[in-house]
Order: sequence, then structure tokens, then C-alpha cells
Amino acid sequence: MEFHHIHFTTIVNHHSRALKEKKTLLVCSFVVLKKDFCLFPKENRHTVRTIMPFGNTHNSMKMNYSAEQEYPDLSQHNNHMAKVLTPEMYANLRDKQTPSGFTLDDVIQTGVDNPGHPFIMTVGCVAGDEETYEVFKELLDPVIEDRHGGYKPTDTHKTDLNPDNLQGGDDLDPNYVLSSRVRTGRSVRGFCLPPHCSRGERRGIENLSIEALSSLDGDLKGKYYALRNMTEEEQQQLIDDHFLFDKPVSPLLLASGMGRDWPDARGIWHNESKTFLVWVNEEDHLRVISMQKGGNMKEVFTRFCEGLTKIESLFKDKGHEFMWNEHLGYVLTCPSNLGTGLRGGVHVKLPNVSKHEKFGEILKRLRLQKRGTGGVDTAAVGGVFDISNADRLGFSEVELVQMVVDGVKLLVDMEKRLEAGQSIDDLMPDQK
Amino acid sequence: MASSFTRMMSGRNTAVVLASIGASTLASGYLMTDSGVTAQERMKMYPPSADFPDLRKHNNCMAAALTPGIYGRLRDKMTPNNWTLDQCIQTGVDNPGHPFIKTVGMVAGDEESYEVFAELFDPVIKDRHNGYDPRTMKHPTDLDASKITNGTFDDRYVLSSRVRTGRSIRGLSLPPACSRSERREVERVTVMALAGLKGDLAGRYYSLSSMTEQEQQRLIDEHFLFDKPVSPLLTSAGMARDWPDARGIWHNNEKTFLIWVNEEDHTRVISMEKGGNMKRVFERFCKGLKEVERLIQERGWEFMWNERLGYILTCPSNLGTGLRAGVHVRLPNLSKDSRFSKILDNLRLQKRGTGGVDTAATGDTFDISNLDRLGKSEVELVQLVVDGVNYLIECEKRLERGQDIKVPAPLVQFRR
Repeated sequence: MEFHHIHFTTIVNHHSRALKEKKTLLVCSFVVLKKDFCLFPKENRHTVRTIMPFGNTHNSMKMNYSAEQEYPDLSQHNNHMAKVLTPEMYANLRDKQTPSGFTLDDVIQTGVDNPGHPFIMTVGCVAGDEETYEVFKELLDPVIEDRHGGYKPTDTHKTDLNPDNLQGGDDLDPNYVLSSRVRTGRSVRGFCLPPHCSRGERRGIENLSIEALSSLDGDLKGKYYALRNMTEEEQQQLIDDHFLFDKPVSPLLLASGMGRDWPDARGIWHNESKTFLVWVNEEDHLRVISMQKGGNMKEVFTRFCEGLTKIESLFKDKGHEFMWNEHLGYVLTCPSNLGTGLRGGVHVKLPNVSKHEKFGEILKRLRLQKRGTGGVDTAAVGGVFDISNADRLGFSEVELVQMVVDGVKLLVDMEKRLEAGQSIDDLMPDQK
Repeated sequence: MASSFTRMMSGRNTAVVLASIGASTLASGYLMTDSGVTAQERMKMYPPSADFPDLRKHNNCMAAALTPGIYGRLRDKMTPNNWTLDQCIQTGVDNPGHPFIKTVGMVAGDEESYEVFAELFDPVIKDRHNGYDPRTMKHPTDLDASKITNGTFDDRYVLSSRVRTGRSIRGLSLPPACSRSERREVERVTVMALAGLKGDLAGRYYSLSSMTEQEQQRLIDEHFLFDKPVSPLLTSAGMARDWPDARGIWHNNEKTFLIWVNEEDHTRVISMEKGGNMKRVFERFCKGLKEVERLIQERGWEFMWNERLGYILTCPSNLGTGLRAGVHVRLPNLSKDSRFSKILDNLRLQKRGTGGVDTAATGDTFDISNLDRLGKSEVELVQLVVDGVNYLIECEKRLERGQDIKVPAPLVQFRR
């Protein structure tokens, strides 16, 4: 580990009134590790940039104030970051940055700006690059532990993208299961993540993705639609297919900086049969989605695994890999999507089960989650629910999809029983 | 190759196209063995051309002035506070604008921004302020309200009079760039100074985060309360961070002198009253501003000001005086006359709806104010509004009597 010892003097000039009142000189000495840089380089006026600040938090004046003076007011807040970030932790981490210049204030800005809701606990922090999870471990480890059911800093995550390991899943009753879908995200190692990336990096990701995706063939052969160049007809078609994503409006996303330069280098790729879809540069570098009508989750998952594996090898051919490590699995922008980043789910008719008093308890034991058919934060329409895995980290892809397959099978059996006026008591599952 | 890539190739702006190819080639050639790429290495991988924004669909002053050459020279510079060009222009990149409305498209993060990025700010200022050249011209400051003549309007036409401006505290970063502690410091310094105001200026501060329900409702009813900005022009610039921390409203007991703390600028100062006594409104304005300045100077602070640009504010459109002096005036006959717009133009006046910027007029009542901010002093601008509004009222009266009106000659732009 190399050390760079930087010793500099910050002389109070007439630009620094706060200190002039106290009439002091600041002499600061920082020991710098290879991966963490001191925030404030020696040169002062019209300095050549040595870091890449894209947030507004590289402000050197803030270091003239104490950590206590800088600490955010989180008294009204309900998110994981606010629960975990103490003034001491803030003091320890506030002068650190990742090699690309992402700071603690960058990590937490979205959580500071969005106090959250008493009933819904959001994460309240994001990563700007792969190293964020290392440099700001002190904050992110407890956030991850809280969000992912007790996942410890020493735990290892298993990746399994072999669809042969999935038992069954090809026979969910299509009278009840209307559609099946699996999605995840991937980040390209060596590039900053959407909250922090420059226009050049974002365009680099887009170009790499276009190159890789254009090499897919067979069932996966498809076409890329850049948001910026889309024709009216293409746009309408993509909206009708429910494929088009638009500039984020959620303040949770905008506050983190992901909406910058929209729609530069954003786009959608999908195959001809519209069963495999990739979003480029939305909330993550890549979001990969496999879906089709009906209940053949096995087929959806098989295509998902094959497509992902092919894309990964195409990236590797060009000298790039996906961000992944043994502890956190696949690394994505939001800590809630670490591990598999996988949400596998179905749209399923459960008008009777959903009214049962134990519906919530059943889902909890099956480690499943319900949403409305419009996706996150929507309500169910006509007894049709979006049922998917609640976990992301600590279980492999196969394990999560298995839970969905087994759980949905059980729910459909329960639905049929209740339709026939029979009890479901003997079907109650154990906690998984 | 994907067809969209082909489309990119035939696009007009080859700089953008070449940049993306360049970025991709460089990225592909760089084999990642260590995930920790340093910032220096990253800068070599991405020359300025790779980061140049795509401004083909944009209509704002920044997009009109920014060339790849300027971007190349300025991208890697920073102010002493580490504020960069990309941060100045982000709002203009994110908000392409409207074909009919030309916004500014860039902001300053601190006083030094106007210096370090002068190569871009100067042409933008020139564009926005009718040819004012910061390199060669000086901006006059004059807050002597006694110089105003004929400053009382006919109350039958003028319903209210108002003067507003902004002030920034030297040494603290501006709202796009400030840290929480800096913002809290602005609040502390301002509130302490305002507590020293006496007589008809004595008043009280209401912090946004600790306001009671009743106080909030009263301030809304009086049209004093400002809320978290929703305009993407402002939020893209980062001014809404940490809301509502260190934001608040101060007003005097008579509700004729009002200060916003940490909204779009460090402070926004407003003097207003019902009726047409613009002279008194401006007198209070000048007195209040001078008092506040004296009170902060006692503690070793001062306002951001220089000879080239006058008072320094976040948005280049508010440089110079940052002053908008205006009235709500009834002009039922004149507003229907086809010469109305031309008259306003020549008088260097602007009309808005009574809800403020980007609102429509209700009935026959208009908000009439000065167009200019930089290159003329406060006294000059207020006199211009006074003379202009008096002229408009004269026209209205003549049309009422069935007499004809004349379009006045256009006013001179800048004193050379």
C-alpha cells in the first residue's frame, strides 16, 4: 500500500470570512492512502482538475466547518441511511472520496433530500462507482445488513445462473398466471455509475452495449433504439409494448444525479420476439429483462440466463467485465439491488387468496412480495397481483426464482381451493 | 451495426459522433485489471471532446455560446472551491429550453466562477444583457433614492408597487454549490444582521423548518411564503439540496420589507406596498439594503460586488443591479391597443401576469417592470420604470378620453 503524504497550509484570504472572524491559520496534514485521496489538493487558484466532481459536493469550503456544522438534519427522516448515519460516522467519512471523486455527501444526498414516508423505508443512499462500497463501508455495511435481512459484512454471496438447476417452473397454470418476468441489472467495471458518470463515460457504456447486443443472434437477435433518435412511430410502438422508459421523475432518483444530460446515451434494445429487453443508462448501466405471456417461468429464466451469459462474454471479448465480487455479488447503483439484482415475478389472478386474512403472512413466509400490476408503488387491479421475490442478496438467482415458482404454485392451489369453498389451512407454508 | 449507430454517423454534429467513437475505442483498449482507475487515468481516457454535451436541440444562451474549443479549455479548470464548468452548465444541458423562450442555461457556484469561466460567462452575459461587455464596461451602482422624480403614481391605475433584488455574502458559496454548513452560515449572518434593524424596519425571522402551521398559513395567505423549487431549471442546478435546511423568510412588522434566505440566491430583498408610491418603496428598499450592509460589515462580512459585474448573484441574468422594479397597473384600453407591445419595448419595460414570471394577466391588470438589470444603476432603472409607467397611464387616460397616443422613441441602451 503506497502512501502519499500531503502537507499543505490553507491560508485565510478574504474569501474565507468564517475563519477571519476567529483570526486563525489552518495547517492541515493528511496521510493519503493509494485508493483514497485527500479531498483538497495543494493548488488553490484556478487549479487544474485532478478529480472528477459531477455532484456539487466537492466544495472545499465545507472543510473549514466542523463535522457537526455540516451534519445533515435527519430528524424528519425515515430511510436506511438516516437510521445508520451518526454524527461520528459522518465525521469519520466526510473527507474521504473514491478514486473517481465520489464523496460521502454524494452518497447520501438523495436520502437527505427525500425524508421518506413513515410506512415505506427507502434506502436513502447510492453508489457512484464500484469503490463506493469499499471506501464508505462504515455506512453501507449496516445499511446493507438492515435492508437485506441481516446480511453480514463477512458473508459471501452465491451466483448461480444455470437454468437447469431450476426444478419445474414450466407448468404454472396460465388460467391464473398471466405473464412471467425476470429482471436484473449489470454494471460495467471501470466506469462510474449513473449518479456520477460523465457524458463521455455514459456514451462509452452505450457504445459497448450496442456492440455487444448487435452480436446476439437466433432468438436473441434484435435492435437498439436510442432515446434521442427515436422516430414518432418507434416511440409509440415502444410505449404500446410497455417497453419505453422515460426520464425519471421520482425525486429519489433525480436527487442522486441519475437524470443528468437526459436523454444523452440512453436507449432500449429488444429482440424481435419482444421477449428479451435491455435498458441502457437508466438507473443502472444495464437493466436486463426477460418476459413473456403465460406461466412458463422456466423458459423465461432460461432465456434470461442464456442472454446474460452471452452478453457477459461479448463484453469480455472487448476487455470488459461486469462489476462483481464474492461478498456483494453483482454491484449496482442502489444497495437494494446488490447480489443478484434479481426480481423474478408473475402477474397472477388471486382475487380470493388476496382477501384472505393470512395473505400477508403467507407471502412473508414464502419470502414473496406483492405489487400492483403497474410495478412498484402501484395498486392491484381486478384481483391481479404482481408477485415476486422479496430478497436480492444472500440467495442465488436459481434459489430466488425457485422460491417464486414454488410460492406461486402454492398460491394458485390456494386460490383454487378457496374458489371451491374449501379451506387452505393445511396448505399454510413454513417460514422459508 | 445497429441502425441507430448509422444514424449517429450521419448527424450534423460530428464532434459528438467522433467523441463517442473516440470514447468507445479508448475504453475498449483499456484492459481493466485493477478496478480502481484513478481520476488522472480517467481524464486521459476521456478528452474534453468525449464529454462535450449534445446541444443540438437546445435554445439557451449557454448552448449558443459554448463551442468545443471553449469547453476544451475550461473543462479541467476549477474555482478555488473546486467548482467546475460542467457544474455551471448542467442546468442548461438538462433543460433544452423552448423555441420562444431563451433561458440563460448556466449558473455560478461562487464568485470566482465568473472569473475562472469568463470565456463562457462573458459571451452569455453579452447575449443576455443587450451587448454589455464585462471586459470593457463598468456597471454603475447608485442607491440614492432621493434622486427619483415623479415617483408617485395615480392610485386609480396602480394597485401596488414593488422593488426586488438579491445579495450574496462574499466568501460563501452560492446556492448551487454551497455545503450545508455554508448555507447555515448565510442564514446565521443574515438573521443576525436583520435582528439589528429598527423602527419601521424592525421585524422577525421565520425558518422554514421550524415554522408552525399557523405561521405557515399566514405567510401563504400574504403571498410571502416560498416553497421548494419545482422548476427543473432550478433543481438541475442543485439549489434545492437539503431542503428546507437553513431556508427562511424575514419580514418587518409592517409587512413592507421582506427577505428570502437561501432560495435561489443567498438573499432576496423585497420592498413593497399597496398603491402607487414607488418613491417610498424605493426609499425603504435603499435604506434597508444599506442598513443590512452596514450591519454585516460590522462583523467583517460584505456583499459580493465588483466594478465589471455589479452585484454578483447565482444567475447571470440577475447581475448588475439584480433589480426588478414593477407595479400592478390597470390598463384596460391600452392593453387592447395594437401598439402596446411596441410602446413597452421602446420604454425598456416588460409585462407579466400578476402571478409573476411565466403567468398570464388576469383581466386588465398587468405586472409592468424593467427589462434590464446590468449596465444601468438602480436609480436609473427605477426612474425608467417611473417615467415609463407614468407614460403608460397617460396613454390610458388619453384613450379613455378618445384621444390618440404616440409610440415613444426607443431609449438609449448604455451610456458610453
